[in-house]
Amino acid sequence: MELFVNVILLSFLLAIALAIVRMKDLFAVIMLAGIYGLLSASFFVVVDAVDVAITEAAVGAGVFTLLMLVATVMAGRYEQGARHKPLLALAVVFITGSLLIYGSLDMPAFGYGPAPDHQHVDSHYINESMSEVGVPNIVTAVLASYRGFDTLGELLVIFTAGVAVMALLSTLYDSHSNLGTGPENKWLYEQQMPIRLVVKILIPFIMLFAFYIQFHGDYGPGGGFQAGLILASAIILYAMLFGIRTAKQVISPRFYQCLSAFGILLYGGVGVVALLNGEHFLDYSVLFTDPLAGQHVGIVLVELGIGCTVFSTMILIFLNFYERKNNQLDGCQ
Amino acid sequence: MLSHLPVLQVIVPLMAAPLCLLIAKPKWVWLLAITASGLTFVLSCLLLQQVVAAGPLTYELGGWEAPWGIEYRIDYLNAFLLLIISAISTVVLFAAHTAIEKEIPSKRQTFFYVLYLLSLVGMLGIVSTGDAFNLFVFLEISSLSSYGLIALGKDRRALWAAYQYLIMGTIGATFILIGIGLMYQMTGTLNMEDLSMRLPEVAQTRSVFTAFAFIIVGVCLKLALFPLHLWLPNAYAYAPSIVTAYFSATATKVAIYVLIRFTFSVFGLSFSFTALPLQMIFLVLGLSGIFMASIAAIYQQNVKHIFAYSSIAHIGYMIIGYSISTVAGLTATLLHVFNHALMKSALFLALAAVIYRTGAVYLYQFQGLSQKMPLTMAAIVLAGLSLIGAPLTVGFVSKWYLLIALIERGWWPVAVLILLGNLLTVVYVWRVIEMAYFRPPLRQQPVDHSKQEAPYSLLLPVWILVAANIYFGIDTRLSIQVAELAAQSLFGVRQ
Repeated sequence: MELFVNVILLSFLLAIALAIVRMKDLFAVIMLAGIYGLLSASFFVVVDAVDVAITEAAVGAGVFTLLMLVATVMAGRYEQGARHKPLLALAVVFITGSLLIYGSLDMPAFGYGPAPDHQHVDSHYINESMSEVGVPNIVTAVLASYRGFDTLGELLVIFTAGVAVMALLSTLYDSHSNLGTGPENKWLYEQQMPIRLVVKILIPFIMLFAFYIQFHGDYGPGGGFQAGLILASAIILYAMLFGIRTAKQVISPRFYQCLSAFGILLYGGVGVVALLNGEHFLDYSVLFTDPLAGQHVGIVLVELGIGCTVFSTMILIFLNFYERKNNQLDGCQ
Repeated sequence: MLSHLPVLQVIVPLMAAPLCLLIAKPKWVWLLAITASGLTFVLSCLLLQQVVAAGPLTYELGGWEAPWGIEYRIDYLNAFLLLIISAISTVVLFAAHTAIEKEIPSKRQTFFYVLYLLSLVGMLGIVSTGDAFNLFVFLEISSLSSYGLIALGKDRRALWAAYQYLIMGTIGATFILIGIGLMYQMTGTLNMEDLSMRLPEVAQTRSVFTAFAFIIVGVCLKLALFPLHLWLPNAYAYAPSIVTAYFSATATKVAIYVLIRFTFSVFGLSFSFTALPLQMIFLVLGLSGIFMASIAAIYQQNVKHIFAYSSIAHIGYMIIGYSISTVAGLTATLLHVFNHALMKSALFLALAAVIYRTGAVYLYQFQGLSQKMPLTMAAIVLAGLSLIGAPLTVGFVSKWYLLIALIERGWWPVAVLILLGNLLTVVYVWRVIEMAYFRPPLRQQPVDHSKQEAPYSLLLPVWILVAANIYFGIDTRLSIQVAELAAQSLFGVRQ
């Protein structure tokens, strides 16, 4: 049965990938990419990687689709025809692909117990994480504690992306035309009434779900990354349907900047507290008298830091894309 | 606090970067950035001293023991690289405040400093870590921030250059990740030391061979090794001039480090040089890199392009030293990593001063510049001499060591070819000097005989670097000693 589901999911993925390559209508491509994300997420559920599945659903089917939609508004809906035949690229892809297949030929079978990747570090995490970290979700234990420094690095990657987008796209002059309130286009506003009604009802639930994922990450699948993405998509959805001005009135862009920096500082700060207590960087045991409770406190705090930075960075990227579009339109007029 | 040294030099810029975003006033942000970078430099000096005195240091992040958690591992090689990166970063940052004044709008300067610090974090993180996946994470930080920094260039072609670099760099990083994933699959560990012990058992499998091939190609993309160098010239030429000075001295050096670390410490010498005919491949690519890039440099009109191509040629020298695969050869490579960082940062920083004063980037605009900016042009001449390899400069030292290593190995023809290639360096450096010293100033400019020397905030860092070029060309104790120690420990001659 599982094999059957896998075969169907993977062949769908292949078909969608081919369709994406062939299509010239970028709107359709983005929708297909969203479906691709959702299908990959389903595939990850089937292979029991639920944490990855939630992330893929939130990124691939969620935020990615929204950001790409905003990008097409700027770049135009249709792809331009290729000016040359990318034969060299095809050759490189062919060689890389064959090498990968060659390399996978003596790969141990999926889920094969005695394979080296299940024997060494893996089994330590499975057997010892409950007594060493005390968190039921092993993925969270590895992510936030054993390899917490990697996660800090990943968070920094997202922060870097946000700063890079701001550095390149942020407006150089204060645009006074944006100060007015209300929707930008009356006609569109009327047309979208049903969507807005549905979204308005949905948004509280999306946010509630985000907070559930945020604070439940140590017990079930989820954590700061996923929660930040889901919360951000709620705000982005709101901004797309009710106008960017209304959204900016709720929370100002400067606040998001500070929040994204705060998330990193919170994560790093937990590490520095450990340093000041004479322990190693990011050793959460010192946060509380009982080392296990300390681990738990540490994980909750760093997950909160992750949530803050991911959430605010996603919104900053969206805002900068969107404002760029507005400036471009202003420039045309 | 001394036991925390290995991690502190990464933590300081890591925490300073978000703080900079909170402050958001360019002047204060600059001060904070330079403090953080300076502190990192001090820490890396202490670290090198510790390593030389007491041998390699390890540090368990999060207090978790090595294969379960992430480990920092500082030996001679890392400490040497850390010193180079933090020193160059600090000197360049010192000049940054003035240099970006005209190139980056004041509203974006805060973001510039944040990205600068992030790329410093990324490079230091790559160099300090003893964990293969952690290396990839910090590689991503350094790559992403460098795309942003390059795209900040005033010329709109900077965007295209950054985009090309982004595509090539992402392919490189993905290849490295695929390699790390395959290694994990075959060994169940990500710790480099642990990997080096477990890989020999499975060395004959196709997966490990594939992992090795992907990592080598991925690193070579990052390294801009000929013929994978296509992203480099434009990225260097159109980036803000201060960014070019910073990256030309650090980014490709970090990639060289990654190559050495993976081949020597993770896969091990015997595997690395037998799985693929690596010696031959790198020797041929290194030599053709020297010739093709030097010839390309001769025909460039943009001065930043000239020296960008020269960087690709010099990567060729480093790779040839590596391909000799003897202690002497590796010493020459490491020595050239150090020395090339000094020459190129001096050259590009001096160019930044020229661009600040005159906006000149094309060769014809350099006519008669020696009268206008005598001190800056003198710096370019000295750094150019170092690039050529004139005695009493650092360039001489590393090329001398490379020649000796080649001759010891019996590779006479290669030594001759390198000397021939070096003549090409003389040609392209001479073209710049001839323009500046032996041509009258351009006529269309208003006749102004007063000197227009660059401000001291730029001249001082330039001359610090030029002085370093000469100092380390005469007193070679530090560079040679550490490079030799690092090479010996990598070959297992000394523990």
